[in-house]
Amino acid sequence: MPHSEPGSEVAEDKMDIQPEADVEGSPTANGDTHGTAEEDTPMADAAQSQPEVRDHDKKDVKLEELFDDMDSDEEFPSSKEAADQTPQSSSPDELPSSIGGADLKASDPEVMRSFYQRLFPWRYLFQWLNHSPTPTNDFGHREFAFTLSNDAYLRYQSFPTADLLKKDVLRLMPSRFEIGPVYNTNPRDRKTLRNSTAFKPLSKELCFDIDLTDYDDIRTCCDKANICNKCWQFMTMAIKVIDAALREDFGFKHIMWVYSGRRGAHAWVCDKKARAMDDQKRRAIAGYLEVIRGGAQSGKKVNLRRPLHPHITRSLDILKTHFQKDVLEVQDPWQTMERQDKLLQLLPDKQLNERLRTKWNSAPGRGSLSKWADIDALAKTGASKSLDAKALLEAKQDIVLEYTYPRLDIEVSKKLNHLLKSPFVVHPGTGRVCVPIDTKSLENFDPLAVPTVQSLLQEIDAWKASEEPDSSASRVQDWEKTGLKPYVEQFRSFVIGLMKDERDVKVKRERDDESMDF
Amino acid sequence: MIRQEFGRPEAKRARAVDHRKKQHAAPTYQDNTYPYRLNFYTTPPTADITLEQFEQWAIDRLRVLAELEACAFRNKSPAETAAHMKPLLDKYLPIEANSSSSTQKTEQRRKDHYSHFILRLAFASTEDLRRRFARVETALFRMRMASDDKSEREAFVESLGLDWERVTDKERKMLRDELAATSAATFGAKIAPEEETWCKVDWERVPELVEQRKVYLRAGKAYVPSREQQSMVITEFTNHLDKALEMTARALPRLDEDDRLTPILNHLSKNFITPDAGYASSGAPEGAEISARNIDNLSVHFPACMSNLHKSLRRDAHLKHYGRLQYTLFLKGIGLSLDECLVFWRTSFHKVTDDTFNKEYRYNVRHVYGDVGGDANRRGGGYSPFSCQKILTEHPPGPGEAHGCPYRHFNLENLTTLLQSMGVSDRSVLQGVKEDKEKQKFHLACNRVFEYVHQKEIKRAKDEGVMTAAQLETIVHPNEYFKRSYILKNLDKKKEQAPSDVKMEAS
Ligand SMILES: [Zn+2]
Repeated sequence: MPHSEPGSEVAEDKMDIQPEADVEGSPTANGDTHGTAEEDTPMADAAQSQPEVRDHDKKDVKLEELFDDMDSDEEFPSSKEAADQTPQSSSPDELPSSIGGADLKASDPEVMRSFYQRLFPWRYLFQWLNHSPTPTNDFGHREFAFTLSNDAYLRYQSFPTADLLKKDVLRLMPSRFEIGPVYNTNPRDRKTLRNSTAFKPLSKELCFDIDLTDYDDIRTCCDKANICNKCWQFMTMAIKVIDAALREDFGFKHIMWVYSGRRGAHAWVCDKKARAMDDQKRRAIAGYLEVIRGGAQSGKKVNLRRPLHPHITRSLDILKTHFQKDVLEVQDPWQTMERQDKLLQLLPDKQLNERLRTKWNSAPGRGSLSKWADIDALAKTGASKSLDAKALLEAKQDIVLEYTYPRLDIEVSKKLNHLLKSPFVVHPGTGRVCVPIDTKSLENFDPLAVPTVQSLLQEIDAWKASEEPDSSASRVQDWEKTGLKPYVEQFRSFVIGLMKDERDVKVKRERDDESMDF
Repeated sequence: MIRQEFGRPEAKRARAVDHRKKQHAAPTYQDNTYPYRLNFYTTPPTADITLEQFEQWAIDRLRVLAELEACAFRNKSPAETAAHMKPLLDKYLPIEANSSSSTQKTEQRRKDHYSHFILRLAFASTEDLRRRFARVETALFRMRMASDDKSEREAFVESLGLDWERVTDKERKMLRDELAATSAATFGAKIAPEEETWCKVDWERVPELVEQRKVYLRAGKAYVPSREQQSMVITEFTNHLDKALEMTARALPRLDEDDRLTPILNHLSKNFITPDAGYASSGAPEGAEISARNIDNLSVHFPACMSNLHKSLRRDAHLKHYGRLQYTLFLKGIGLSLDECLVFWRTSFHKVTDDTFNKEYRYNVRHVYGDVGGDANRRGGGYSPFSCQKILTEHPPGPGEAHGCPYRHFNLENLTTLLQSMGVSDRSVLQGVKEDKEKQKFHLACNRVFEYVHQKEIKRAKDEGVMTAAQLETIVHPNEYFKRSYILKNLDKKKEQAPSDVKMEAS
C-alpha cells in the first residue's frame, strides 16, 4: 500500500469522517472471528509508529468527501499550494502587507514556529474544549487532525493536556489543524477495540460555515477568493440572522463566531446540549435555517410558504435595512440591462414587468435603489390591470431574502463528525489569524484589518525594543504585546462563561444526587 | 424461539427455534397480548415459533417493506402509496382494527410483532441496512397510523405515556401571532390558535417538524398543535427503533452460534439489495465505442442530468465536486475504462496544469474506480453509479453547482431550455413535463422525454419483438437511460442485442 497519495485529503477547513469506515486491523488476534465482512481484514499496519500518516490508501473514506473541497478555487487550495504560491498567483492583493522586515511568508516554518510558540492561546483552547480547568475526556478523547506542510494529513491525533498538544504541534509544525469530535475512547486507541462500531463519536460543537464565494451571483464588488468591506456586509447580516435564531429559537447561549482567515466565518455553538446532538438533530437545525435553495439553474432560490414562519419574519426585519443600504445602494445588483432581467424574472406580473422594462431601458444606468422603488410606484399607478398585490409583495419579500439571507455551507452543520479548522490558526494564504468576531460590535469588524502573523511577530519585537527596561516586562505574555490581545481576551471571557455554566450544571447534578440519598 | 431477547447483549445463548421439539407440538404463545393494532415493538417476542414460520413471516414482511421502499423511490404520494400497498398488505401482513369482528386479530398482530423482530436481526448488521430498515418500518408505521381509527389511535398514543406539556391559556394568548403563523402555514388558516390545544416539548422531540419549520420555536421549546401529535409519535417510533437496532447489532455475533438461523438471516438481508447496486459493474452496450474522445458523440444518449453536466463541463472546462462525482460514476457505468476516464477529465479540464490535475483530481477518479483506497473500496470495485433516487434526494445543488436532477432542481424556464437543446420542442411533451414537475413526478418527466426522443425506435423494437415490455419499463437509473437509448438508436447495427434486465430493488 503506497502511503502518500498527493493532495488527496486536504480539505479547506473541514473534513467529514466516517469513523466506522476506518476499521482495518481490527482485532482478530484474540480469536474472535465473527463479525462483518469489513472487519476481517488483516492487520496490515498494526506495528505502525505514531504519528500515523492517514491517507486514502489506509482507509475507506466516503467518496463524497474525497471530492469535497477539491476545487482549485477553494479557500485553501491545499497547504502545499499555499506554500508554493508565488506572489503573482490569483489574488496578490490578499498577500500580507509587508511592513518593514516582514517579508517572510506566513507559512514559513520559522514564522509558524514563533506563532505557535509565543502567540497561540493554548491554555484557553484547552479550557474551551475541556470545559473545566483539570483535564477530562472532553479534551483527552477529542480528535485533532493536522495538515503538514508536505501535505500529509494526520487524523485521530489526541492529547491528554494542552502542553502535549503544543509540543506535538511544535514538533510537526502543521500549516493548520482541525478539531473533530470527542470519541467514546481515546482516538489513538481505536484499533484496540473489539470491532469498528465500538469506536464512536459522542459529541462535538454544532458548527456553521459561511463563505463569500457562495454570494458570487449577487455581489458585484469582488468574486472568488477576494473580499472587501462592501461584500463583508453579507457576512455581517448572515451572522446576525443565524445568531438570533440560535439564541432565541433554540435557546443556545455559548456561540462563538470566528473569522476563517480569508473570505468567510465559522460558528461554534458550544452549549452542552448542542454538543450532544446526533446527526438527525443537526440536520433539523440545518433545514430550519436553510432558506436559499437551488443550484445555478434553479431560478428563484427562495420559495416560502405563507404566512411566513416567525423565524423568517424576524430575519426579514433584521435584513431589510441591510438590503436597502448594503445591497441596493452599495452592490447595485441590477444596474446593467442584463442584471435587471434577473430582477424582472423574480417578479410575478408580466404587464408590470413590461412597463418597468420600458422605463428602465429609456434610462440606462438607473440605480438599483430607484429600480426597486419603481416597482411599487408603477404598481400604484395601475400599470397592470391584473395586478395581484399580495403576490407582488410576497415576491418582493422573497427577493429581499434571496439577496440578503445567509448562504450556509450546510453540510458542515449536518454531521457530528465533521472536522473544522481551529480558531486562532493562521490562514496560509493571507497570513491572517482566525480570530473570534465580537457580535456585540459586528459592524466594526474589518476582515482586512485582522492581524497577520508577520505583523504580530513584529509587534512583539517592537514592544521589546521600547519596553524592555521595565522590570515587569517578563510577566507580560507575548500575545498581550500585540494586536492579538483583544481577540484572546474575548476568547478567554467566552471560555470562562462556558466553563461556569458547565460547572453549575455539574454542581446542581451532584446536589440532586446527594438529596436522592435521603 | 427468539428467547434470545432481542437487543439484550447480556443474553448469553441464542437459543433460536428448537424445532425438533416444537415441530410437533402446538406452538405455545406466552406473555404477549395485543390490545392495539399499532405496535411500538418495545417488547421482544418470547414464545417459540417453528423455523418455517420464522422464515415465512419474515419473507412476507420483507415483501411489504420492499414494495414500500419502491413507492418512496418512485415519489408516490401517501394516498397513492396507500392505494398501491393495500392488496399486498391484505395478503401478506393484514392487521385489523379492534372494531373489526375478525377472529384473526391476535394472530395477525402476533405475526406483525414477530416478523418485525426477525427482520431486525436480519438488518441490524450494517449501518446502511439499519438505516433503510428503520426508514421503511417508519413508513409502514406512518401508513398504518394514518389509516387507524381515531379513537383507537388516541388510546394507543395514550398508552405510550409520552409526557407533553400543555401550553397555558395565558401563554397561548401572548404568542398568538407566532402560533397563528405556523398553524396557518402548515394546516391552512382554519383554526385559530386559541381554539386548539397546544403542547410544548423540547424541540429535539420533533426534529422533523423543526426541519420543515412547521412549529414555532422559543428558547428551545417547540409549540406543537394537537393535530401534529402524529408526527411526534412517529419520531418517537423512529428514535426507539434506531436505538433498538444498535442494541441488536451489538448482540448479533452471538447469533452465529445457531447455524440454522444464520443462512436464513443472510438470505433475507441479501434480498433487500440497494437500488444502487444494479449498476456496480455495468458494461458497455455491445458495439459501442466507449472512449474519451467519443463522449461528445455518445452524449446524445444521455439523460438530462448527465447532458447538463456534460454541457456545463464543456462550457466551463470545470465541474464542482458533486458534479464530478455524479458524472464520473455515470461514465464508469456506461463502460468507460479508468484510463479513458482519466484522459477524459484531463482533456476536459484544459485550463488547469498537469501538476494541478495530478494533485487534485487524478486520485479521486482512481478512487471511484476502486483503483486506490481501502481494501473494501478496492474489493468492491469502487463506487456504484448513482440512481435517480440518490440524485433526487441527496445533496441538492447549491449556487454554481450543476449536479442533481434537472427535472427537480431547475426552474421550468431553464428546464425547458435544456430540453429544447436536447431536441425536445413538442409542446404537448413540454406541457406534460411541466405537469409532472408540478406533481413532483420527476422520473415520469424523464421517461416522458425518453419516450418522445425514442418514439420511432420504441415502436419498432416492440413491433419486431426486439425488446420485451419488461425491458421497456420505467427508467429509474441514468445508466439504464443511456443503455436503452444507445441500443434503440442502433437497432440496425445490433438487432439481437437487447438490454439486460437490471434488478433494481428487492421484490
Ligand atoms: Zn467585495
